[in-house]
Amino acid sequence: MSAIQTITMPKWGLSMQEGKVNGWLKQVGDAVEQGQEIVEVESEKIAGAVEAGATGVLRRQLANEEDVLPVGGLLGVIADASVSDADIDAFVADFLSNFKPAEGAEEDQGPTTQKIEVNGHKLRYLKRGDSGKSGEPMLLIHGFGGDLNNWLFNHEALAADREVYALDLPGHGESTKDVGEGNLAALADTVAAFLDAVGVTSAHLVGHSMGGAVSLTVALRHPEKVRSLSLIGSAGLGSEINTGYIQGFVSAANRNALKPLLADLFADSSLVTRQLVDDLLKYKRLEGVGQALSTLSGNLFADGRQNSVMADQLAALGKPVLVIWGEEDRIIPVAHAHAVSGKVQVEVLGNRGHMVQMEAANDVNRAIARFVG
Amino acid sequence: MTKKLTRDDLLTAYRTMRTIREFEERLHTDFATGEIPGFVHLYAGEEASATGVCMNLTKDDHIASTHRGHGHCIAKGVDPVGMMAEIWGRKTGTCKGKGGSMHIADLSVGMLGANGIVGGGGPLVCGTALAAKLRGTRNVSVCFFGDGASNQGTIFEAMNLASVWNLPVIFLAENNGYAEATSYNYSVACDTIADRASAFGMPGITVDGFDFFAVHEAAGEAIERARNGGGPSLVEVKLSRYYGHFEGDQQTYRAPGEVQNIRDTKDCLLQFSRRVTASGELAQADLDAIDAEVKALIDGSVVKAKSDPKPTEADLLTDVYVSY
Amino acid sequence: MARKITYQQAINEALDQEMARDQNVIVMGEDVAGGSGAPGEQDAWGGVLGVTRGLYAKHPGRVIDTPISESGYVGAAIGAACCGMRPVAELMFVDFLGVCFDQIFNQAAKFRYMFGGKAETPVVIRAMYGAGFRAAAQHSQCLYNIFTHIPGLKVVVPSNPYDAKGLLIQSIRDNDPVIFLEHKALYTMEGEVPEELYTVPFGEAAVVREGHDVTIVAFGRMVLKAQEAAADLQKQGIHCEIIDPRTTSPLDTDTILESVEKTGRLVVVDESHPRCSMASDIAGLVAEQAFDSLKAPIRQVTGFHAPVPFSDALEELYIPSAAKIVAAVKSVKEYK
Repeated sequence: MSAIQTITMPKWGLSMQEGKVNGWLKQVGDAVEQGQEIVEVESEKIAGAVEAGATGVLRRQLANEEDVLPVGGLLGVIADASVSDADIDAFVADFLSNFKPAEGAEEDQGPTTQKIEVNGHKLRYLKRGDSGKSGEPMLLIHGFGGDLNNWLFNHEALAADREVYALDLPGHGESTKDVGEGNLAALADTVAAFLDAVGVTSAHLVGHSMGGAVSLTVALRHPEKVRSLSLIGSAGLGSEINTGYIQGFVSAANRNALKPLLADLFADSSLVTRQLVDDLLKYKRLEGVGQALSTLSGNLFADGRQNSVMADQLAALGKPVLVIWGEEDRIIPVAHAHAVSGKVQVEVLGNRGHMVQMEAANDVNRAIARFVG
Repeated sequence: MTKKLTRDDLLTAYRTMRTIREFEERLHTDFATGEIPGFVHLYAGEEASATGVCMNLTKDDHIASTHRGHGHCIAKGVDPVGMMAEIWGRKTGTCKGKGGSMHIADLSVGMLGANGIVGGGGPLVCGTALAAKLRGTRNVSVCFFGDGASNQGTIFEAMNLASVWNLPVIFLAENNGYAEATSYNYSVACDTIADRASAFGMPGITVDGFDFFAVHEAAGEAIERARNGGGPSLVEVKLSRYYGHFEGDQQTYRAPGEVQNIRDTKDCLLQFSRRVTASGELAQADLDAIDAEVKALIDGSVVKAKSDPKPTEADLLTDVYVSY
Repeated sequence: MARKITYQQAINEALDQEMARDQNVIVMGEDVAGGSGAPGEQDAWGGVLGVTRGLYAKHPGRVIDTPISESGYVGAAIGAACCGMRPVAELMFVDFLGVCFDQIFNQAAKFRYMFGGKAETPVVIRAMYGAGFRAAAQHSQCLYNIFTHIPGLKVVVPSNPYDAKGLLIQSIRDNDPVIFLEHKALYTMEGEVPEELYTVPFGEAAVVREGHDVTIVAFGRMVLKAQEAAADLQKQGIHCEIIDPRTTSPLDTDTILESVEKTGRLVVVDESHPRCSMASDIAGLVAEQAFDSLKAPIRQVTGFHAPVPFSDALEELYIPSAAKIVAAVKSVKEYK
């Protein structure tokens, strides 16, 4: 095992083939710790930071700002200060001469999304990880207006030792746009039926925002299906919510209307790429989405409040609960993180917003992994 | 055979023809004062055609008209008061003063528009007729066109299309003998326009356009056939216009006394009045009463048009698109 | 991963789904089915390049072959639209505009205005355009600029399968006359297209690529050439922003101006002849409204003031190439 560690262009999502360097957070010669963010990169869809895989010194930056590298391409090198420059140069030369970018998406698709019929809804989901692994299964449930791609930075990491499903709720992503009654109970029943359909008897539920409220509702209506709850910037824990965002998201018909709203999702609004805005517009323009979002927001967030607060019912369930929040969440206030009674772990991440699982993916992934054990 | 005309039908026919005549005569007079903008092409002399045809139509049937369209508009039920305001370029006009004489249209009464492009209406009525056929409504469409347009490719294409698709269309050729200043005898290669019907596999007939009854019956037969799924027909109506191609045309190309002779001997209103009073179907007093009412209507329309506001700058860019 | 289909399939699917949704939608044109009245197969062609194939059987009576009679059937589509139908007329090649232009620009385009806002003419006229098929001067023109000149018409030039489906559905639902132009060379292009119905609004440009050095505005197939050029330029350290207006009328001038205000440099890529083109139109717009932002003269990469030639040797010279775009971008980037 070499003492020299590479930093390479990550693959965020199935379609990513290359990424652009947005800037270095550490300079050559800086000491870095494992897990520290070192370089910011951007795919077509999303911007994020690459972490150090080891503790050491950043010895080389092999890409400049604005450079575009294929997935797996060498961004930099970390090594102990004791490793000689000559060894590092040889390592780099060796890497570059052997590196071959993947031959387009067809060659390296990895797992692909699937569709399954559940309670009259066609649901899209993505399964990662192996049921043969030791961990118990996990299900990731996105929030209002989101889809399974909201877990782009989490899904693979969480699937290291278990099977992890992410689904598109009815009305979202590529699932059926008909949300039926469009309330939490209906969504929760669909999620429970989904678990049955994929043969999972019980799972760790990880829910973001509205998906957190859905997870809570599943735990209340179908407790036998839920091993634990990880609630991220979750709805259902208090009555306040930024309904300006919700209503704006429902009505936004073009880029100029949508983009400023999305800035509220992140502490760092520069993470809202044009592609993110365009992808959401594409979703919003699908037939039936407008109706689905109106129905859901009308049932869940009418009169400027969350209409379903379940914080005080959790203790009675006796399930382990992890609550994660971005301190600068501008959609649901961070105060709700402390609203859950009973045996609850709470992680509040400074300098992060509502999409904390994207903005601080590594922290969130580690917290969840520790929590579910 | 078409059904017998009732007393009300006859009163309607007379009123319609008289309204057209009065409207056009008044425009002829007023245009000479220089107060009316643009071009006007008057229909005076041809009233029996528009009236005889349109009395066989309902509001839901469609007609396409020509640059000489006032008569077709009135006969199809467009409001003459709005038309007068339109021709005077007023905001209160049928088209808010944006179309003028050559583009008066009112889709609410099935009037697809006068048309500044000679022969422009043929393809359009194939469309309204196709819609009627697909929807099974029994509505028909009539394309009025002149002897000039009878030489346009659009009319040939439309006749072929209507026949190929067996559409409920009547091609109504108003042959007034002159395409602008060029005689029919020079510009049309066959003896009658109706002769061309056979080339497109449809019936063709030529009728006397000064005779309301003849037009009404011939058009009525063609319209009935179309309504019953019998396909298109070509009806040629031979008639004459009393005024020039447009107002200001001195008609030096016409024979001395040609127009006066027609007015004195063949005029459609004259013939109609003689026939219905001689038969006792209507009294002269009935006709006189209509004359007075029509005159009042047209007088009123001119007074109103003159005093109505013109469109303003705020109207310049509206109505280009439904949304943009 | 979302499903991938071709540009041609995207157009067919849009027509199919809209015909299923709304009985007023009809498809008409020369050989849109093919075989009418003939002893052999019906739906023999499904359009000269097969774009409408299969619709004939799925929507009986509403896919209508026409005589070769462009004025006749384009006018009929317009007339039908006036009484509430939503016809999609196919003018096989846009070059055939020459034999039916009156119905489009004097009739459909002007009805609403001439009639004082009382008419709606929701007709779509689809046509193929563009060079690259050795189809020579009468089957290879672009001509979107001619339609764009006419008030009352909307003009759509999709550059990829996703936009083709969404823009065509919007075109059919739109209440104004729409000219929908399909580049022949794009028919086989594959891309991700949702199975559901969706619309792409008119007058909203797509920013196909972001960059801060030079703005490239490109239309239809030229968007692909611009992307090719931009990938090459990226390697040379020049970062292009590519804007695909998607519709030439209405035109999203804001997105173009905002981009030029950022980059200070503009190259417009337009396959059509250069005079009175979209290229010159946008160059004029930017020169007038973003003059203070410009750091270099505007460059236009276009076809030539000559008919599209037949021989491959000449046609390849005629069509704007990625290399020409690269050269134009470099010239404005390096301008002192």
